[in-house]
Amino acid sequence: MAEELNESIINELANEKYKYGFTTEIDTEYIPTGLNEEIIRMISAKKQEPDWMLEFRLQAYRKWSEMEMPRWPLLQLPELDYQSMRYYAAPKQKKAPESLDDVDPELLKTFDRLGIPIEEQKLHVGMAVDAIMDSVSVKTTNKEKLAAEGIIFCSISEAVRNYPDLVKRYLGSVVPPTDNFFAALNSAVFSDGSFVYIPKGVRCPMELSSYFRINALNTGQFERTLIVADDESYVSYLEGCTAPARDEYQLHAAIVEIVVNDGAEVKYSTVQNWYPGDKDGKGGVYNFVTKRGIVKENAKLSWTQVETGSAITWKYPSCVLRGDNAVGEFYSVAVTNHHQQADTGTKMIHIGKNTRSHIVSKGISAGQSQNSYRGLVRVAPTAEGARNFSQCDSLLLGDCCGAHTFPYMDVHNESAVIEHEATTSKISDDQLFYCNQRGISANDAVSLIVGGYAKEVINQLPMEFAVEAQRLLEISLESTSGVG
Amino acid sequence: MQTEKQYIDLFLDHRGLIDRHSSAVLNEHRDEAFRIFREKGFPTSKDEHYLYTNASHLFEPDYGLNLSGIEFPIDPYSIFRCGVPGINSNLYFVINDQFYNHSQPTSAKLPEGVIACGLREAADRYPDLVRRYYGRAADNTDTTVAFNTSFAQDGFFLYVPKGVEIKQTIQLINLMRADVDMLAQSRNLIILEEGSKASMLVCAHALDAHRFFANRVTEVFVGKGARYEHYKLESTRADMTNFGHLYVQQHAHSDVLINEVTLQNGVTRNNVQVDLIGEHANLNLCGMSINDGKQHTDTSTLVRHLVPNCTTNELYKYVLGDQSVGAFSGLIYVADGASGTKAIQTNRNICLSHDAHMYTKPHLEIHNDDVICNHGATVGQLDADTIFYLRSRGIPEAEAKMLLMFAFVADVEEFIRVPALKDTIKMMIEHRFRGHETHNCTGCTSQEACQTKL
Repeated sequence: MAEELNESIINELANEKYKYGFTTEIDTEYIPTGLNEEIIRMISAKKQEPDWMLEFRLQAYRKWSEMEMPRWPLLQLPELDYQSMRYYAAPKQKKAPESLDDVDPELLKTFDRLGIPIEEQKLHVGMAVDAIMDSVSVKTTNKEKLAAEGIIFCSISEAVRNYPDLVKRYLGSVVPPTDNFFAALNSAVFSDGSFVYIPKGVRCPMELSSYFRINALNTGQFERTLIVADDESYVSYLEGCTAPARDEYQLHAAIVEIVVNDGAEVKYSTVQNWYPGDKDGKGGVYNFVTKRGIVKENAKLSWTQVETGSAITWKYPSCVLRGDNAVGEFYSVAVTNHHQQADTGTKMIHIGKNTRSHIVSKGISAGQSQNSYRGLVRVAPTAEGARNFSQCDSLLLGDCCGAHTFPYMDVHNESAVIEHEATTSKISDDQLFYCNQRGISANDAVSLIVGGYAKEVINQLPMEFAVEAQRLLEISLESTSGVG
Repeated sequence: MQTEKQYIDLFLDHRGLIDRHSSAVLNEHRDEAFRIFREKGFPTSKDEHYLYTNASHLFEPDYGLNLSGIEFPIDPYSIFRCGVPGINSNLYFVINDQFYNHSQPTSAKLPEGVIACGLREAADRYPDLVRRYYGRAADNTDTTVAFNTSFAQDGFFLYVPKGVEIKQTIQLINLMRADVDMLAQSRNLIILEEGSKASMLVCAHALDAHRFFANRVTEVFVGKGARYEHYKLESTRADMTNFGHLYVQQHAHSDVLINEVTLQNGVTRNNVQVDLIGEHANLNLCGMSINDGKQHTDTSTLVRHLVPNCTTNELYKYVLGDQSVGAFSGLIYVADGASGTKAIQTNRNICLSHDAHMYTKPHLEIHNDDVICNHGATVGQLDADTIFYLRSRGIPEAEAKMLLMFAFVADVEEFIRVPALKDTIKMMIEHRFRGHETHNCTGCTSQEACQTKL
């Protein structure tokens, strides 16, 4: 029976369509394809950047051209032709929009269809949104309200122009431009992203959110997010992403840098729903992301991610627990289906005394997908009394998929206590039988069990996102059981 | 490639000599292995499988190699007259890289059909048998294995025919004895036919205070329904580097127990690869390492479930003191069709000092949904509350810690199924924890141990 059920799940999964796969017909401004110093100068000029920013990009580019693409993940990485790609595309706007009325209605409609109605957001007090299409930020809402608290929330290009000192001080301080192959690429060509600064002692009154959308054909998206939470402040930041369904792959290489100063707390949540490719593994977004935060004394950084999209995911949100008593958390649900591949996890670097970290990773693989957890917990000799607990569970739906767990633990301090636990299994026949016995259909039972399995992570998401994440899970897997 | 060059030149200059002092069957494998070694060189710490042990660096010193098979004038049976637990076990020696084939102990009575001798001799006398198995399990893509295949001339050979049970444990002692720094490479081949049973104890000792390097490869083929136990006891000196590669192939319904105990050594690299190629095979894989000083123990295990319904239970424990380093990387691989697999992998470690370092990588790679796989790893220290409890009952702190450490390694000891051996190893562990040197097998040389019958 289990086999039949699995088959029906897989069939239904296969037939489930990516609902954000539409394209927007909008005038777009491109630069030529290819990557060289000229292109970088062109991007920098388009964004009217100061010289130090151009220098930052060029240095990163020079380093990148000496680097090689990483081959260590358990991913079948195709050779990417970086010269055939376009590194900048922007929806054409006659002038910078001063109010929503100036924004191209086609653009607004796009975000509306994605469930991010920017207009409504203006009225919605609970959230501020920075909507980014291809290489530029379209609109940031609720800016004025935030400014009253001294909070800066704008696109990073705007921040480079308006707050050069802040950006100069923090940009590249967490993820150096030469950190890795994709970080160097991003540092060279990054186009837009969000910038957040929360002043000392301020509790951000609403959820901040950025929404990324790839629209243009054959264009990479390289956004860069920089969040600085000053002493004793708090912010919750949400990130969502979609892309049109295309037969060609699309490249996405982003950087997220977070500085959490003494006593501050940052909660960063992602619902990643890039186009995963069709059921035969054609097309899809290649998602190579470097996310890292530096956590200072008594501060806390919490990463929560729900990963359902992308043909290939390579992503390890990390916490550098530099200050004493710093706390790092990582909660993740990664769902892979069809031919998707994910190699994702986290790094917890304990440097300060009494630093604590908690990792909960839930992998769900179906179809012919490969889903790997790769995590590092490093305890430096200075990290007296460091504590870590990691739990990585994998659920397999179907006999053609793979679920892998690759934890690394490097302990250089004898007072540290590090624990790692992992299990890999399918939904047990006993669990299904128990539900069936109580009149729950087999499909509903699977839905129930998967929902329960992911709950620990979904519960960590802010309300607005928890709803979206739950819906996504339903679309990705639970729809198979007649729910979605 | 500077380190490799001396060995590459040596091989090219003395190929004839190497061949002459070995056997045709072993010589057949040299070209291919040497090609791989020459192309890739020794692994460095940039190699994922040697992340924590820089092999290339370890091979750097100018070691002597005994390619022309010069015999050292010692009689190990007289040296070890009293030095081995259970003198009545079937005792064999490999001195540096050669099998010692003089005067077998009179107590060695093996069942009919069993062959236990030097590998070179076996390859000359039973070339077809050796050819069928030699090099079939070992993986030359690990270039230290390719290096061994290129140079190895001799070692130990054991053949147990169908249905035969060897009651006494076979004990193989790898002795390092030389007046200069020395690199020894030997090769062991163990074949158990269907329904047979045997157990082996492999000890490593160093007699002289020189810098020694042993790079040994053992291949074990366990037939249908056969039972095999493999114990490894390492107790040498701080200037010894020991690379032990163990490759096992298990057929249907076979049962294998591997237990590796490292008490004293310089750098230890244990490489274990088990392929489960027959259904309902069962594997118990465990080990422990008690490190102090600058001791370095790196264990790398790969268990491949290639067919359905096999079980693996893996358990490794480390106790690290002083500036010692421990590394464990275990991978359980479950292939596409291997449904019904049950695998548990556990690695628990205690760091006793501020400068001790532990690296652990308990990995699972699973390509089948019908499995139950768990793994767990912990790094910590002795529990302060428990120590306090013991002290409050009048047990001195040092003794309390000792008790807890014994308790910590006790479940690995439970995987020693030969009672006499278990007692001896327990005693050696106690000596080790109490800071006694064990490289001369102090535990074994005691009067009680001499009386022990395996």
